[in-house]
Amino acid sequence: MIRFTHVYKEYPRSGLALKNVSFQIQKGEFAFLTGPSGAGKSTVLRLIHMADEPTDGEVRVLGLSSQTIRRRQIPELRRRVGMVFQDFRLLRDRTAADNIAFCLEVTSTRRSQIWPRVQRLLADVGLAAKAGAYPDELSGGEQQRVGIARALANNPVVLLADEPTGNLDERAARGVVELIRSIHATGMSVVMATHDLDLARRYPQYRVIALDEGALVSDTAQPETVRRDGV
Amino acid sequence: MGYSIREALAAFRRAPGLAALSAASIGFSLFVFGIFALAAYNVRLTLRQAEERVEIVAYLVDDLDAGQLEVLQNEVRAFPEVTEIRFVSKFEAMRNAVRDLPEFRDVFTDLDVNPLPASLEVRLRPEYRDPESVARVAERIALYPFVEEARYGQDWVEKLDRLRRIAGAVASILGTAFALVAVIIIGTTIRIAVFARRDEIAIMQLVGAADGLIRRPFLLEGLLTGLAGGLLALGLSFLAYLAVDRSLIHIAWLPRTWVAAQVAAGAVLGWLSSGAAVRRHLRAL
Ligand SMILES: Nc1ncnc2c1ncn2[C@@H]1O[C@H](COP(=O)(O)OP(=O)(O)O)[C@@H](O)[C@H]1O
Ligand SMILES: [Mg+2]
Repeated sequence: MIRFTHVYKEYPRSGLALKNVSFQIQKGEFAFLTGPSGAGKSTVLRLIHMADEPTDGEVRVLGLSSQTIRRRQIPELRRRVGMVFQDFRLLRDRTAADNIAFCLEVTSTRRSQIWPRVQRLLADVGLAAKAGAYPDELSGGEQQRVGIARALANNPVVLLADEPTGNLDERAARGVVELIRSIHATGMSVVMATHDLDLARRYPQYRVIALDEGALVSDTAQPETVRRDGV
Repeated sequence: MGYSIREALAAFRRAPGLAALSAASIGFSLFVFGIFALAAYNVRLTLRQAEERVEIVAYLVDDLDAGQLEVLQNEVRAFPEVTEIRFVSKFEAMRNAVRDLPEFRDVFTDLDVNPLPASLEVRLRPEYRDPESVARVAERIALYPFVEEARYGQDWVEKLDRLRRIAGAVASILGTAFALVAVIIIGTTIRIAVFARRDEIAIMQLVGAADGLIRRPFLLEGLLTGLAGGLLALGLSFLAYLAVDRSLIHIAWLPRTWVAAQVAAGAVLGWLSSGAAVRRHLRAL
């Protein structure tokens, strides 16, 4: 469903962010993407989201290839690949419900379906009571739940989470991870980037893909192919 | 479409000052354009009136008989450049002279023989009123044996032509310059509007909104702003026209098509420059 084949990513000033990264993620999998800051985790997620192109190699997502995808196909892909961030990325001048409604509206959901769907999504992330609250009136954990509800708005098949607990205290972080786990339990594929190794160790049942300085250094799904050859 | 209209209107509600500023800057650049159009139009009217006077006068020999005159008139009338000819007899020439030059009336009436020749006044089609065509037709007429001389105000025709060329060049240069200024101003104001909504645009791209949908509210906003600017420019131009017409010289107001063009230019400029601004922003992401 997601396949990286000898992927290199070079940024103009900072050099190689990814060096010969290959892996494959199946439908319904839960994979942690770990590694210290600067290892290339966010870059991997951005490539999956087709927010950037690899310098070399191929990224395939849901049957679309980074080498052949057209610009106008990207929005369609993103509706099927939800994404959440460490900094939530909510619109400050809209309520929780309006943030989700905005997403549905701009992805051409029929108007009559928007509000029932918003209610449903807020209930799913446990925020039914906070529909009318603005982001500044919500805790970090609650804001991230709005972010998750928005990511799920168009019934994606994959959820990408880039350090979703990075700005949260211990308790809120645990709540968000449990929420993401429950979403995974419904059949959703999840790729969660985190620099927090303890977090990944707490769930040994999930796959861990470890990066360091842009190279894939270990993958619990393929222990025999571990390599540090990098370039 | 409902979304685009609502967003475009919301943009005005959210930042009315910015919207007014954009409309005003478009309005003022198109106003300069309108003043210029007003001047250009009136210069053109004046030139056209002057052009009406371009004609060739063929002075005829005295002993011309009716048959020869008939032939001459028919042939000259058949020239492709010629639109109208008028025969002025010796008698008419004298009457005109007496009328136009009253101070010489006595001289004329004392004469035994009429010294003034008969003539053929030849008027050319508007597209042939340039110096080359006028000279060419005059030469051709002068070839007839019973034509003494074919005259046309050579200096006058050439001056008129030079004036026309200068007016045309000034019109295209200034017109282009003002249009460019308007495009730059609108582009900048829309870029400010895009910048003000960059978070929203980023979220739209994140959740998978199509580029067209992201662009549309801005295009509509540009169109409406441009339209408002165009109408403002029209109002200002009309005030300027009234002021000049009442206190300086009588001038003509622009024809309806020019007025419509000015307003439409505002809308189109707004649309195009916001399109360029948004496209640049989306490219950059
Ligand atoms: N937009 C960018 N422009 C230039 N360099 C970048 C950009 N994004 C990331 N990088 C660089 O790529 C490397 C990997 O970054 P990133 O993927 O964000 O790592 P991580 O998410 O694991 O902390 C870092 O060296 C970072 O400086
Ligand atoms: Mg990161």
